[in-house]
Amino acid sequence: MSRLRAVPSAVRQKLRPLPAAVLSLRQKRFGEYLPAVIAVVAVTLFPIFRPPLDGLMDDAILALAFVVMALGLNIVVGFAGLLDLGYVAFYAFGSLMGGWLASDHFSKINEGKGVFVYVNDFVKETSPQGIHLNFLLIVIAAIAITATAGAIIGLPTLRLRGDYIAIVTLAFGEIIGRFVANGDSVKIGGYALSNGRQSISPLDQLDLPLVPEFDSATNLRPYYWCVLAMILVVLFVNFRLRDSRLGRAWVALREDEVAAVSMGVPLVRVKLMAYAVGAAFGGIAGAFLGVYVNALNGNTFQFGVSIVILAMVILGGLGSIWGVVIGAVLLSFVNTRLIPDVLSGEGFQSFLGGLGLDFTFSEVAFGIFGFILLVMMVLRPEGLLPERRRKLELAEGVGAEESVFEGRS
Amino acid sequence: MSDQAANGSALLAADHIYKIFGGLVAVDGVDFSIPTKSIVSIIGPNGAGKTTFFNMLTGLYKPSGGRIIFGGQDITGRRPDKIMALGVARTFQNIRLFSTMTAVENVMVGQHARMKAGLFGSILRPPGVRKEERQVREKAREILDYVGLRKSEFDQISVNLAYGDQRRVEIARALASDPSLLLLDEPTAGMNPNESARLTEFMGKLRDEQGMTILLIEHDMKVVMGVSEHITVLDHGEKIAEGKPQEIRDDDRVIEAYLGTKGATG
Repeated sequence: MSRLRAVPSAVRQKLRPLPAAVLSLRQKRFGEYLPAVIAVVAVTLFPIFRPPLDGLMDDAILALAFVVMALGLNIVVGFAGLLDLGYVAFYAFGSLMGGWLASDHFSKINEGKGVFVYVNDFVKETSPQGIHLNFLLIVIAAIAITATAGAIIGLPTLRLRGDYIAIVTLAFGEIIGRFVANGDSVKIGGYALSNGRQSISPLDQLDLPLVPEFDSATNLRPYYWCVLAMILVVLFVNFRLRDSRLGRAWVALREDEVAAVSMGVPLVRVKLMAYAVGAAFGGIAGAFLGVYVNALNGNTFQFGVSIVILAMVILGGLGSIWGVVIGAVLLSFVNTRLIPDVLSGEGFQSFLGGLGLDFTFSEVAFGIFGFILLVMMVLRPEGLLPERRRKLELAEGVGAEESVFEGRS
Repeated sequence: MSDQAANGSALLAADHIYKIFGGLVAVDGVDFSIPTKSIVSIIGPNGAGKTTFFNMLTGLYKPSGGRIIFGGQDITGRRPDKIMALGVARTFQNIRLFSTMTAVENVMVGQHARMKAGLFGSILRPPGVRKEERQVREKAREILDYVGLRKSEFDQISVNLAYGDQRRVEIARALASDPSLLLLDEPTAGMNPNESARLTEFMGKLRDEQGMTILLIEHDMKVVMGVSEHITVLDHGEKIAEGKPQEIRDDDRVIEAYLGTKGATG
């Protein structure tokens, strides 16, 4: 701003006000941004310094996919304050889209000649049957089906609050999870819903325009950059929604439902939008993970997944976008690295043996998540990078718990 | 009772509305109307059904029977946000601001019904949405200025504001939607006589400058008598009196409802 003062006022009026982000960039010295710039560059260039087929990169891709899901759940739980314990359902729907639309699952479709939309010749040669859509189309299908499913699960919870929403969504997550797990015995039109524990596999490799061919058997780098790009989009959507008419309406409903509707916020519409947008992110990540792990395994969609994603959001800080990113990456690495490699490694095992304890930490992974959450709740309940409002709510105990429907019934 | 309020120019008319909670009749067949650009008060002892009546007018409660007509439309049992969008705004007896939002943000929420940005507009932010957002923020600041909040308080989190300022922000939030009818539920509760006098003056200003119609629930008789053109008295959910301030002051049933028959203090 200080530079603008020298400009004549007539000219200044013609200059459009700069976005707040740009202004704050100007005010702060570059030095303060150096760590962030280094972090972004490091995250982007990370695969170059690793071999193309690398365990650490594999774990990083998984972590980034969970970031997408955690950011989605953050919209429902963090922004709109609707405790959702069934988020795994949207992961499942997304993966189902991958399993159905990028494999030979529907083998008899089009008289056994398959349906191919914008996929490369390699797919047509290796998997001549079933439906094979371009990954972008699969993502669009996943968004459509999860957003719809999100709105549908939202409907019965509209009249409920807090714990009751949690119970209904938990049941929903379990229903979908069980259906997919036992999908081999759920037949619709001669096709199973899924192959249950046998997996629908293989799935087509990712295939995007303008990007060299993906092959998860030889090179993970394109997958890494692909999920990184997804995160950029998802982050953009998160930030934009937070600072918008809709974002304000979510906060208003979360804090005082009665006051919010009295101020003209349409409760049903605004809540369903939170469910739908949040679910869509789950669908995107689900479709990606399905294709990336090259299988739709019915056993993946356990209740525990919902809890882990929720734990990521809480660990990072409810409603805090960067906090959730950090929480998701941390917990994902706890799951893929710390527990199996470090805590269950030989050194630690012999240490435990010395104490007379005989178990591996892999067996008690959930106990470790629980322990982490417990420590967080005691030491820093607002999360690692707390959001301003949530911090205030915890500190002051502000916010009203009263339902609009109580009076109108 | 006086029929002067029930003429054709009524902005809002309640036709024999009642509300029953379980076995309790909270509002018992009240007829009521508010002429355009008037200031009308509802008074009555605690538990008389005033706030229940308010909640029916604003859609928070569905009336058990009767009709509510606002600006020629039947709004009985409509959703609160729809009624708000038609031009009925309110404040609450116990202040209900969005406590982690700043004063400006609170007033911006008040304009929700007047905004257009949808899901995709919010994400993509085309020029129209940017402009709307800027205008809404600008308007919020103007209204806060109008209700007399100091500029230094505009970006304060509302829970940190002084009590009187919270009242101001709540009124500003209600005004933000450009209502034609403003419902104030005990706006001077907890205010000192000085602040009450200023609020009374402000209500007159709203009516004269903005052409607003105001319905007031109030216990402070000085405020009620000073500002209202018409007063309705509720007791046990029933309308027991109605008329000009002078008539109400001298009404035996009103005195009885407030003070009891044998001069016990209320």
